Amino acid sequence: MTQAHGDALLSVRDLSVTFDTRRGPFQAVRGISFDVGRERVGIVGESGSGKSMTGRAILGLVRAPGRVAASCLTFDGIDMRNLPERQMRRIRGQRVSMVMQDPRYSLNPVMTVGRQIAEALRVHGRPPRDEIRRRSLDMLNEVQIRDPERVLKAYPHELSGGMGQRVMIAMMLVTEPELLIADEPTSALDVTVQLEVLRILDDLVRRRGMGLIFISHDLRLVSTFCDRVLVMYRGRIVEEIEARRLHEAKHPYTQGLLNCLPRIGGGHGDLPTLQRQQAWKDA
Amino acid sequence: MTSTNIDDPRGLGRARIPPSRGRSSRGLARAARRVASFVFSLAVTLFGLLLVTFLIARVVPLDPVLAVVGDRATQAQYDAARVELGLDRPIPEQFVRYVGDVLTGDLGTANLTGQPVLKDIGRTFPNTLELATFATILGIVLGIPGGVVGAVYQGRWPDQVIRVVGLLGYSMPVFWLGLVALLIFYGTLGWAPGPGRLDVTQQFTYEFDVTRYTGSVILDSALSGAWDVFRNAVAHLILPAAVLGYFSMAYISRMTRSFMLEQLGQEYITAARVKGVPEWRVIWVHALGNAMVPLITVIVLSYASLLEGSVLTETVFAWPGLGLYVTQALFAADFNAVLGGTLVIGAMFIVLNLLSDILYTIVDPRAR
Repeated sequence: MTQAHGDALLSVRDLSVTFDTRRGPFQAVRGISFDVGRERVGIVGESGSGKSMTGRAILGLVRAPGRVAASCLTFDGIDMRNLPERQMRRIRGQRVSMVMQDPRYSLNPVMTVGRQIAEALRVHGRPPRDEIRRRSLDMLNEVQIRDPERVLKAYPHELSGGMGQRVMIAMMLVTEPELLIADEPTSALDVTVQLEVLRILDDLVRRRGMGLIFISHDLRLVSTFCDRVLVMYRGRIVEEIEARRLHEAKHPYTQGLLNCLPRIGGGHGDLPTLQRQQAWKDA
Repeated sequence: MTSTNIDDPRGLGRARIPPSRGRSSRGLARAARRVASFVFSLAVTLFGLLLVTFLIARVVPLDPVLAVVGDRATQAQYDAARVELGLDRPIPEQFVRYVGDVLTGDLGTANLTGQPVLKDIGRTFPNTLELATFATILGIVLGIPGGVVGAVYQGRWPDQVIRVVGLLGYSMPVFWLGLVALLIFYGTLGWAPGPGRLDVTQQFTYEFDVTRYTGSVILDSALSGAWDVFRNAVAHLILPAAVLGYFSMAYISRMTRSFMLEQLGQEYITAARVKGVPEWRVIWVHALGNAMVPLITVIVLSYASLLEGSVLTETVFAWPGLGLYVTQALFAADFNAVLGGTLVIGAMFIVLNLLSDILYTIVDPRAR
């Protein structure tokens, strides 16, 4: 279902994530394959569809009792399956990074913003102090934080949600990674702030020519933001489609996701209920 | 980026954080308020403590007069002693008098020793403080790493071993553990000195040659350069401190484990791993840094409970501490000593509470 990209940054084949529970193994991700180049790919699905788990599996962050298996998982030609922890750490943060959902939980509450950003730089080759400081300040400027000097000294609880998420983006991009996984980066934010954070993210990805995997439950948001959309349902990719052709989506689940949003100027009838069919599990 | 940020017309990116807190007048006012509230709570708590202990002392069916004059005294002697002790007055008047004495620093005379209670406390309390402090240090040094390792290896053998060791500490009565420790390390192996604070010869040197700077045998002997006494004092401390420290360790490691498990499941831990932070740093800096916040209360409370509750250990090891003193005073119906001891323990609790508040603001920026 996926055409192989010759210049793919990330190549995933038959990725599955399994959790051993008391009631037997549960597959959160069930054999998905896709490639990501220096482009923006959206992964959409309802909660529990395995989209977040996919992002974490790529970074090798699925903890026991979860198990990850794939016939191919390469980043820039490096096989990331069974990569020793040391080499995995060199990729993590430095070359592939991730922005997480809620800055209230994803920033360490007892560490200053400055230390948390500096840490991202410091674990990859200990640059000198003034360089760390300069790069941190530049990065905060890039995410359009005013008064970055003061923010460096602030603790996460002293920041608003929108600022927290900009700090998160700054912390994860300061090492200039080539691929960014954004896991619901705006879902925890106020609607008014969402668009600004998205614009900053979009701008950075475009300017730096990074690859982006944008994970969201919001199909419309993803389609305006990404080049390509993967629709996930119960651990499988049920449809892959170019964002501007979304209206041509064939799979009933994708159509359902599109139709269950109200349209301004549309009719006032009941919104259709999302159809879920057992058969799609094995599509 | 230009100075007028067109992408951010509403200034949402502006820092909404309070100005840096130096020694501003606001900071001073806050400090003053804190001190005032501390003094107030100290006064109220001590008064309440005094009242309750005093009333209990007066209603228990023990006769302090009898304890003084003995059961062969004549009725006349008995009555005279009763008047002398002030026990013929109504209870409210007795209480007012006692509070007045306490306020002038007079805790009365202990019948048990014939000394002023304050002096007795000055002699016994440092011993308890030494014991509880060393036990707590032992508990922290072993308990925190134990709890961290247990959480990291949750469910695997290091966790099981640490849990079983901790559970043993929880379930064994302290006097039994103390006796067994004495039997093995003093009786059989001869590695540790016997019960008591010092050997008899060292006790002699201590009484006559060591200046009392602090009341602590270890500190005073070191300050006076009496190294024989110092070594002996430390040697005597090891066994009871280890027994008490075992309990402290069991409690601290158990709490550390559960706080660490909670923190290790948080998103900021995943974020640190995403950044490529080495696992040891994720555990010991990120997770433990946050687990320390609730741990401080646990450690301080366990310290406080060792200060007041080491009576059994002190009895088994003939340790001349406050717990032993108060217990003996209670058996001898020596209420001045009981009240004085209770007061000191209560004050200690309040001071430790303050200490935990201060440590809190150091560890947790949200509490500042």
